[in-house]
Amino acid sequence: MTDDDRVFKALADPTRRFLLDRLYARDGRTLTELESELEMTRFGVMKHLRLLEDAGLVVTQRSGREKLHFLNPVPIRLIHDRWIDKYTERQVAALAGLKAELEEQG
Amino acid sequence: MSTMTETTVTTQVYRVYIKATPQAIWDAITKPEWTERYGYGGRAEYDLRPGGAYQGYTSDAMRANPDVPDVGVDGEVLEVDAPRRLVQTWRMAMDDTMKAQGFTKLTYDIEERPGGLSRLTVTHELDGAPLLAGLMSGEMEDQGAGGGWSYVLSSLKTLLETGESFVH
Repeated sequence: MTDDDRVFKALADPTRRFLLDRLYARDGRTLTELESELEMTRFGVMKHLRLLEDAGLVVTQRSGREKLHFLNPVPIRLIHDRWIDKYTERQVAALAGLKAELEEQG
Repeated sequence: MSTMTETTVTTQVYRVYIKATPQAIWDAITKPEWTERYGYGGRAEYDLRPGGAYQGYTSDAMRANPDVPDVGVDGEVLEVDAPRRLVQTWRMAMDDTMKAQGFTKLTYDIEERPGGLSRLTVTHELDGAPLLAGLMSGEMEDQGAGGGWSYVLSSLKTLLETGESFVH
């Protein structure tokens, strides 16, 4: 599995997207905090966090006795910069071409 | 535990895996001929010892605006362990309000991984600097302020892995 595969797989689940949204709203949370917002066992939440960590979308850091979870948006940015930009650039180029063509006719 | 303390964490953590040696990544962070080729494209000047000065210069493109100063970011080096760890203070000096919010703490950790990969982790402690926090998380991108750390690290990876520079 490539890095991109892991990111897409991690994002293809509503619970994991929910966890990312919670971290986006407030970063650096403990498992206990994240667990309290989900109707799910602690073990289930840990499993989802593990997948997010493997995909690089969550990074953990120790703070005293606590393990804090941080949202890491870089993998999504990499996909954006490599894929989305590429396709939107083509659209922009197509529109620019259309404009030039129409102006020539006019 | 029945009580749950709501800690307000103002730290941002960014991580990227790059197919490059720790030394190559270290150079890309600390040498001006590299820093001008990715991210916001300004030259960095480091005096790499504890207490040494750090200056992040604005790029030529930024200085096309006459209100933009020469030094965009300033700070002090706190800890140097080349090519593994660099800790410094970091203050945005391009904007008076952000400048007034003072110095933040920035840590670069570089760890060698199997398969010719290195793992770069940027930890930015942004206590008391909410405006800068918005800038670094990329929230102000649609205002023309750039994509923050995600953008910087994405372009650093591209530069080191492909030699391609996409500073704009």
